[in-house]
Amino acid sequence: MQVTSRYFRTTAREALLDEDLRAAMGRAEGGFIDTRKMAVEELENFEEYREFARKTKNHVLAHLDYYLTQFESNVLASGGQVHWAGNGEEVNRIVLDICRRPDIRKITKGKSMVSEESALNAGLEAAGFEVVETDLGEYIIQLARETPSHIIAPAVHKTRQAVTDLFDEHHREAGYSRVVERLDIVNQARQVLRDHFCTADVGITGANFLIADTGSIALITNEGNGDLTANLPNIHVVVTSIEKVIPDMLALGGFLRLLGRSATGQIMSVYTTLFNGPRRIDDLDGPEEFHVVLVDSGRSEILGTQFRDILRCIKCGACMNHCPVYTSVGGHAYGWVYPGPMGSVLTPLMVGQKKAPDLPYACTLNGRCKTVCPVMIPLPDLLREHRNNLVEMGQTGVVQRWGMWLWSIVARKPVLYSMMTSLYVLKLNLLARMVPAFQRGSFKYIPMMGAWTSSRDFPVPQASTFQSQWKKRALHD
Amino acid sequence: MSATASPPKTEQVALLVTCLSDLFRPQIAHAAVELIEKFGYWVDVPRQTCCGQPAFNAGEKDKTRILAENMISLFESYRYVIAPSGSCAATIKVHYPELFSEGSPEHEQCMKLGEKTHELSGFLVDVAKAALEKKSLPDARSMRIAYHDSCSGLRELGIRSQPRKLLGDRLGVDISEMSNSEVCCGFGGLFCVKYPEISTRMVDNKIVGIEKAEADVLLGGDLGCLMNIAGRLRRLGSETRVYHYAELLTDSDPGPAIGYQK
Repeated sequence: MQVTSRYFRTTAREALLDEDLRAAMGRAEGGFIDTRKMAVEELENFEEYREFARKTKNHVLAHLDYYLTQFESNVLASGGQVHWAGNGEEVNRIVLDICRRPDIRKITKGKSMVSEESALNAGLEAAGFEVVETDLGEYIIQLARETPSHIIAPAVHKTRQAVTDLFDEHHREAGYSRVVERLDIVNQARQVLRDHFCTADVGITGANFLIADTGSIALITNEGNGDLTANLPNIHVVVTSIEKVIPDMLALGGFLRLLGRSATGQIMSVYTTLFNGPRRIDDLDGPEEFHVVLVDSGRSEILGTQFRDILRCIKCGACMNHCPVYTSVGGHAYGWVYPGPMGSVLTPLMVGQKKAPDLPYACTLNGRCKTVCPVMIPLPDLLREHRNNLVEMGQTGVVQRWGMWLWSIVARKPVLYSMMTSLYVLKLNLLARMVPAFQRGSFKYIPMMGAWTSSRDFPVPQASTFQSQWKKRALHD
Repeated sequence: MSATASPPKTEQVALLVTCLSDLFRPQIAHAAVELIEKFGYWVDVPRQTCCGQPAFNAGEKDKTRILAENMISLFESYRYVIAPSGSCAATIKVHYPELFSEGSPEHEQCMKLGEKTHELSGFLVDVAKAALEKKSLPDARSMRIAYHDSCSGLRELGIRSQPRKLLGDRLGVDISEMSNSEVCCGFGGLFCVKYPEISTRMVDNKIVGIEKAEADVLLGGDLGCLMNIAGRLRRLGSETRVYHYAELLTDSDPGPAIGYQK
């Protein structure tokens, strides 16, 4: 997927003006937060599960080579094939190689964020295949020729009205009527997609967890589209990334308790399916071929850095649902596959810091994401770590660099500091006295501080600094 | 203050004034002194600058380290260090130790300083076990007060019940809780000038909560957030007044709200 993260500032500003986006995000935000809260409270020892998940992931990441090879040999033992993809180009090439056969034309796809990284759809379409996204949200944005704006609710930015128009435009020719009500919209998508499910030659899905000691793929969805995508065509291709491996079924039980609750506020998502290799001789259905593409794309490099914790992420989306910046600007502003707090940590690591210099700063460090993360990733600390790196690389702007330098000189010297602060307070007070409009106690405008005063008043300081007042009190005593 | 000799520093409470209160609203620091003194502590204000929070959050670790070393030598001999700000207290308590490698003498010093550093309400309630007398504020009963939980104090120090208890004891009124009291107001230090449009949207969302709670007064414990909210309220022509909670706990009249003059 094309990286537009460096335009965050501009795209965020535009997004703030989009009233439809504001309406859509406002509705989603409340829903996600309240339902999560209820589902979390329902599980008495939720915190213990978080701790369990953190430890389990840390353990796996420390022994990733062991668990990945164990997973590989178990997939092979059950008759599947494993492909290792170092980067996005390799992902697309591997999938194309699997699909390039005379009888293959249509490919259905379940939701896979990993496949978005390398724009797999575009690659397949360019090679002449018809690709149909089958997750409702993904289907909607595919029709709109957009990219996902949320990792579990890819079309969260779309209003119902927009979907009505989109369906009308694309389905009319096939004889479908205009649908307005939610249920009618879902039913129409279901009918359209059913035809595709039945005629697809290859099904591509992602995976939520890879279970090392059984070689199983765990796929968790709410629509059941993943199962139809995986089971109906003759070939099932799983595109997934290396950090998703967990040791065993016992661990899966723990993660399942966290995932549904954190993602959508469900005690459990509707469909939890385990896939083990292709159809066996006495199976009634299932694909004849089962491929797992294990994607690295920079993850193994992150493993050796101070950012390792981000690899614990189980892609639940709780951090973005609770992020006041994300819910204000929406996911597209972040400019790549992963938005919100986890995206702001991951994107610079995966596409390069120079391509996403604003993301680490697009955060108030309020810490709400950290408190809801089911695997306890210290997201604000990792964003601060990015900022440290940008400073060390000299990649911060001139204003910040010089401003910080000047400020630190002053702040280092108490005498200089008290002179400068007193002068500043005096200056503001004189300004307030000179301009009658400011005598109401607030400035409407201060030179060089337009970023504040463009939308907010700034208080006129009280007479003199506290420290100078205190000095007088001490003398008086 | 009386002419009695000051106790040794190890018995004194040092006030961390905080830059914003020092510069823009000394009344908050005065209120903090009054409240701490009320419970029998001797308060000292060593000449100080900044704890380094802006530099730390901007990713300027080296610059923060220098300021942290200054602060350590300035404050380490006192019995307690109290700040009328959750984010400044958290910088010392939570983040200073991150600046130095574990096992180093500086790290050890940071840990010790952190143990005795407190946010004002946390100190008054949890350490001083303060029970404030009820004061008769003429219009307190009819006044609706909302409380904004500033993020650092809330999530890094667990400050939530403490200011509410103090306000309840002192004013005899319950807080009109906002549904979004724990959501960031959009200040975020340098964030508010780096991304003014996003910051403004966030403070507008906060104001929706204030309006829903029908608050006449909004209180909080971090002047940065309060200046942001008060500034936006004022710009929008709202009647809601904003104060630091400490200003309403003192014996004297709190006077004009943030951004207002007599």
